[in-house]
Amino acid sequence: MDAHKEHIKLMHKYLDGDLTKEEELVLSKHLEECEACQKHFHELNRTIALIQSTEQIAAPLHFTENVMKSLPKEKKRMKVIRLFKGHPFLVAAAVFFVFMFGGMFSFWNQSNELVVSKTDNLIIQGDTVIVPEGVTIEDDLLIKNGNLVVKGKIDGNVTIFNGKLIEEEPSQDQEGLMASVGEVNGELKTVDRIFEWIWYHINEIIQKVFAM
Amino acid sequence: MEHIVKERIKQVKKGDQSAYREIVELYQNKIYQHCYRMLGNVHEAEDIAQEAFIRAYVNIDSFDERRKFSSWLYRIATNLSIDRIRKRKPDYFLDAEVKGTDGLDMYSQMAASDRTPAEELESNELQRYIHKEISELPPKYRSIIVLRYLEEFSLQEISEILDIPIGTVKTRIHRGREALRKRLRHV
Ligand SMILES: [Zn+2]
Repeated sequence: MDAHKEHIKLMHKYLDGDLTKEEELVLSKHLEECEACQKHFHELNRTIALIQSTEQIAAPLHFTENVMKSLPKEKKRMKVIRLFKGHPFLVAAAVFFVFMFGGMFSFWNQSNELVVSKTDNLIIQGDTVIVPEGVTIEDDLLIKNGNLVVKGKIDGNVTIFNGKLIEEEPSQDQEGLMASVGEVNGELKTVDRIFEWIWYHINEIIQKVFAM
Repeated sequence: MEHIVKERIKQVKKGDQSAYREIVELYQNKIYQHCYRMLGNVHEAEDIAQEAFIRAYVNIDSFDERRKFSSWLYRIATNLSIDRIRKRKPDYFLDAEVKGTDGLDMYSQMAASDRTPAEELESNELQRYIHKEISELPPKYRSIIVLRYLEEFSLQEISEILDIPIGTVKTRIHRGREALRKRLRHV
């Protein structure tokens, strides 16, 4: 067997298309002389032919369906985007809705006046809205063109357009202790630019539209 | 075809699940067949082929788009099949053969040919025997024999699919051929 080992190696190189011209000569010359190698070579070729004779089989019915059903749920965000993609009219409608009924530009541009969504229990000093100590605001609070100081508590969400939550203590000698020492339990959002404002508005609308 | 696949994968990566359907439809027969040849029975093949498509979907972000998607998919299917083979109980084959329904299921799925019933039976038995011999090869030789001779990939492609050096592919295919030669020479 050892005597043929090198030739068997050459047979495999031949089957992989790796044989050089010289090796090809060596192998063919040996095959003419050696019956054992002839038999071996024949068996290898026959084996490959047998393997390749097996038939093609197809995937079972409903295979794709079953795969699709087993996939993890896709994110909701994508569904909304796809809905828009397939229905350009919806985009137009949503944009129209935002512009007309949201009236966002007019709200933004109206004036530089301070606007507060509610005033009960709040103190207003110039352009600063103060939640006094001991007061708890349960609803959401929306402020435009003004800053907020929280000494009491706000349980709802706070949105400030074109203003900010004053957290640092201003210099003592000016307006006294004007700093937020209370808490906001809801979400705090400040919107300083028109782009953010548009974004805020669109998100609100989309969330409303797709909350169903 | 590669172009369409690339487009669909981009969509899937963005989160569009429905784009994945076309990919599954395109590769289902190939991957199922590969799993069948690796595992030797239809139930496990269906199971593992499905799992391969699900894994590919879940891990789609880690797929490098410069590479061939089909190679990646075959790799997942091969690894899952080898995993399954390793987890089998030792008496698994005996059971599968005694029941004998696997083979029937499979042949009922085959395309009808124009052979006589007698020839059909003979051919079926021979095929069953060949499949059995392939499925008894050690998995690392089996995967390469199957990819090379049943799915007709080049050695270079096999090296990419299995992520092993081409030299290793060659060594294994030599051993695989020799092992099968011994098993099939008296057929
Ligand atoms: Zn010889």
